[in-house]
Amino acid sequence: MSILDKKISELHQLLHTKELSVTDIVDATFDRIHQVDDKVRAFLTLNEEYSRIKAKQLDEKLVSGADRGLLFGMPIGIKDNIVTKGIRTTCASRILESFEPIYDATVVERLTNADTITIGKLNMDEFAMGSSNENSGFHPTHNPWDLSCVPGGSSGASAAAVSAGEVLFSLGSDTGGSIRQPAAFCGVVGLKPTYGLVSRYGLVAFASSLDQIGPITTSVEDNAYLLQAIAGNDPMDSTSAKVDIPDYLASLTGEVKGLKIGVPKEYLGEGVQPDVKERVMEALKVLEGLGATWEEVSLPHSRYALATYYLLSSSEASANLSRFDGVRYGLRSDNSHNLIDMYKQSRSEGFGEEVKRRIMLGTFALSSGYYDAYYKKAQKVRTLIKEDFTKIFEKYDVIIGPTTPSASFKCGAMTKDPLTMYMNDILTIPVNLAGVPAISVPCGFSEGLPIGLQIIGKHFDESTIYKVAHAFEQATEHHKAKPKL
Amino acid sequence: MSRISKDQVKHVAHLARLAVTDEEAELLTEQLDKIIGFAEELNELDTDNVEPTTHVLELKNILREDEVRNSVSVDEAMKNAPAQKDGQFKVPNILE
Repeated sequence: MSILDKKISELHQLLHTKELSVTDIVDATFDRIHQVDDKVRAFLTLNEEYSRIKAKQLDEKLVSGADRGLLFGMPIGIKDNIVTKGIRTTCASRILESFEPIYDATVVERLTNADTITIGKLNMDEFAMGSSNENSGFHPTHNPWDLSCVPGGSSGASAAAVSAGEVLFSLGSDTGGSIRQPAAFCGVVGLKPTYGLVSRYGLVAFASSLDQIGPITTSVEDNAYLLQAIAGNDPMDSTSAKVDIPDYLASLTGEVKGLKIGVPKEYLGEGVQPDVKERVMEALKVLEGLGATWEEVSLPHSRYALATYYLLSSSEASANLSRFDGVRYGLRSDNSHNLIDMYKQSRSEGFGEEVKRRIMLGTFALSSGYYDAYYKKAQKVRTLIKEDFTKIFEKYDVIIGPTTPSASFKCGAMTKDPLTMYMNDILTIPVNLAGVPAISVPCGFSEGLPIGLQIIGKHFDESTIYKVAHAFEQATEHHKAKPKL
Repeated sequence: MSRISKDQVKHVAHLARLAVTDEEAELLTEQLDKIIGFAEELNELDTDNVEPTTHVLELKNILREDEVRNSVSVDEAMKNAPAQKDGQFKVPNILE
């Protein structure tokens, strides 16, 4: 068993008894990365020299007996749309190929204060737009369970690196399912927190009203540790919520007796593969066995979520991505003769196809004469989708369904048709539109590829989600399976 | 009938400050038409008396004390600039 197969609590115990040093953990991390990353291709930038220096510093802290942070000595990989001071941050786009931020995102600052070590930056779909990690401006990442399959998107590499044992845990971002879908495809645990729980300061914005940073880990317990370190109000983010942060680890009791689960019929309908349905039904039986009850419910507007999402997210993206103009940072084209031409050429050379397509859709939806018909209409449908969730949560503690309609698919299988690719996020998108939290935990396999169970909770009720996810994890063996690389 | 014309696509590209070739405009016309057609399924819903949700949480204006705080130095601000001169961002001629 590798060091990196252990949980944070186990590693902390080994550090405490001096059976292990932080340097040992960092060495094991880079050994594994050098062993498998030429196959998985999860990392865009490695931070090796600094990581080894930081490990030594933390080992000295260990000897001196100084106070230790919550995640002391733990190596982490960070999605490349979260800014890291002095470490290249590209959003997997040519337009930011050599961009070196001058500040840390709030989440990075909090992790540093918790004594983590930033191992490197992880690949993604360019500007977080995609469902397969094939839209990276640099190279695709592969699924550790089957290298000919996609790891999911857009935090595909954040999930693949954890699944392949290259890093203990990672941060991803989730706009329409970008943490949960790759977590499901790679057989790991991924949480999209309530909108506003985790600061977005320093997250390069895609769709500001939907984006949320969240943890990807191998266990529910580690996930709770990581959220504990990053959650909480941030004055630097005007959309950050002022709420008390509970003790998430305290919710991992394994006790779900009397818990009421709603299962939306729309989440097990047409388009969801039989294997996926079967695994979800088995999972519900496990939870029933632990004393929970479930009933079929309905989210009647969920079939409109995809169209709503693409109008809103593309509109917000077209506004957010206007800052990439080749003036203050990023790529500037040499092939221009005046200012407007410089904007156009720089953006066209720097952005990839999918990014340009979404900027075009968003600019169209926001343009004069179309705003009411598309953008405002979508804002109104979002209200209906949000109300669907509110109604269910009046009677039920959590909503459960599959994370994705199928297991991972072959690389290149869906790149030709954007609409089919978009359909892949159909079960995760309503959650972002409503702003509620949701987790994906492994619940079995379909032809050797992992499947994820999605547990959705009320606003700011991550504790109940963790409670259910942990109870399920402890009652099953799915999370113990590892890909053979 | 198509929902968006090639000329409209070229106009939108100009608004979005993207340079598109004729071939790209053709392909985008086809793809955007399909996506917009799909988005029009929202018209099935009567939303006359529905308030739009711009933000999922109830947020009021966020104000802070009017205190002087540190800002980035000129060197830091210029660190990633593609072209600069005398501490300023340099761009091509605006007036010809």
